[in-house]
Amino acid sequence: MSAIAFWGAVELGLVYGFVALGVFLAFRVLDFPDLTVDGSFPLGAALAAVAITTGWDPWLACVIAAVGGAACGLVTAFLNVRFGILNLLASILTMIALFSVNLRVMGRPNMAVLNQETVVTPFYDLGLPDHLVRPLVLTILILATVVLLARFLGSDFGLAMRAAGANARMARANGVDVGRQVYVGMALSNALTGLGGAFFAQIAGFADVTSGVGTIVVGLASVIVGETLFRTRSMFIALLACVIGSVIYRVAVQLALSADLFFLKASDLNLVTAILVALALILPKLRAGKKVVQ
Amino acid sequence: MISVKKLHVTFNAGTPLERRAITGIDLDLHEGEFATVIGSNGAGKSTLLAAIAGDVVPQSGRIEIGGRDVTKERPAKRAARVARVFQDPLAGSCAGLSIEENLALALMRGSRRGLGAALQAGRRAVLRERVAELGLGLENRMSDRMGLLSGGQRQALSLVMATLAGAEVLLLDEHTAALDPGMAEFVADLTQRLVTAHGLTTLMVTHSMRQALDLGTRTVMLHEGRVVLDITGDRRKSMTVDDLVAMFRRVRGGEELDDDSLRIG
Repeated sequence: MSAIAFWGAVELGLVYGFVALGVFLAFRVLDFPDLTVDGSFPLGAALAAVAITTGWDPWLACVIAAVGGAACGLVTAFLNVRFGILNLLASILTMIALFSVNLRVMGRPNMAVLNQETVVTPFYDLGLPDHLVRPLVLTILILATVVLLARFLGSDFGLAMRAAGANARMARANGVDVGRQVYVGMALSNALTGLGGAFFAQIAGFADVTSGVGTIVVGLASVIVGETLFRTRSMFIALLACVIGSVIYRVAVQLALSADLFFLKASDLNLVTAILVALALILPKLRAGKKVVQ
Repeated sequence: MISVKKLHVTFNAGTPLERRAITGIDLDLHEGEFATVIGSNGAGKSTLLAAIAGDVVPQSGRIEIGGRDVTKERPAKRAARVARVFQDPLAGSCAGLSIEENLALALMRGSRRGLGAALQAGRRAVLRERVAELGLGLENRMSDRMGLLSGGQRQALSLVMATLAGAEVLLLDEHTAALDPGMAEFVADLTQRLVTAHGLTTLMVTHSMRQALDLGTRTVMLHEGRVVLDITGDRRKSMTVDDLVAMFRRVRGGEELDDDSLRIG
């Protein structure tokens, strides 16, 4: 694997690190199995692509993408909290609707964001090679996000959100409005995913309606890899682990593809990812099951 | 402080599964009164507590807390004035959060939760002090996960959590039933101590006739969704566990008690 391919994988891992943080928030903190991300990721990419090609500031494009993602999360939360639709189904409804929305946003299935002003272009003048500038900028952005998110989850409001996900009855008994926590948590989770989509469009140079397929599985894979490597009680480390998990996942994929391991083709990626996530979910259960038998 | 008027609660109303859990309860507790609630299974004890806490919406009737009608108020809103401890030690706290995080969560019951750090130094010291008062040595384990503690330790902490944020009403739903005898006694003593110290108006459901007479200032017996016995003062003082069991048996219409658990507990 060449240095460029390696740093390319790191860069993609950092972009999907935002998705991993969002998935962590939904799955681990709120205990809300949320597939909305499969739609909010390409929505973020689409919104950013349209905004940037229109000539708007790339940072503004990122904000728009985050707000768009948050709106998706709110729709899913609304279906679940207000009407009691099963959380998984509510998120699938939003996801499927977003496919059409994303086509409307772009007016076509995909669009290029080449030779445009993006959030990284000002940093190309620093004198570093381009393939290092992108990971560097993304690292700073995601570290800032991790710090902010860790502080949020350590606040009174964040603590209430963690309680709402872990033990809703106890949270209610302590005056926590569980429904409102789901709204805020889902909005935040999908805002992060939308932001990831916006960075994806700028780094990869395109937005595509099909780029969202499997986002949730990749995000979940990153969370699980991170959790396996870092067993911790610190929220900051746990969040950082999600990002590192995402980077490791991308590098491992790149490694497997470039080494022609097991006759894998690039198109086998989703199959391999699904199998890995399934194994990661099954293994702890098998281990626990054995203990019971003994 | 608590005023329950003509309360009726029916589950699955209008379906074949209809069950009338509470069929007209009138109950008034003045401020600082500590009533124990007994009754056989299905008498409506837990339903009464759930209705006061807001988990169950009554068919008809009225519930007032501190003179304010809360019949239609959501449980999260009511929680500002009503604290609860559940029977299941796992239900009252978050296993995945640390001891001090659980306490910090309870400390903010009824307050607006902002973005300030939940575990500031000053607050941690206060929480630590409150835990130290238990005398269980848990003040040295403040950052341990709640899930690592025993049921009794969790119930004791749940009681501390219930009294952290200045509630007016405390609802205890058989909170010692799942504990071993030693720990049950410790938690019962702690309950009496905290209720007195904080002047809480308390309703405690229990299966133990001994507890029903030893704790609190008033004993209420429910049967088939209504109050059948309500004793306080001298009459309660002179009552023995055997008297209460006999009364319990009479209320159940000659149904034989199938064991001595009521007497022993």
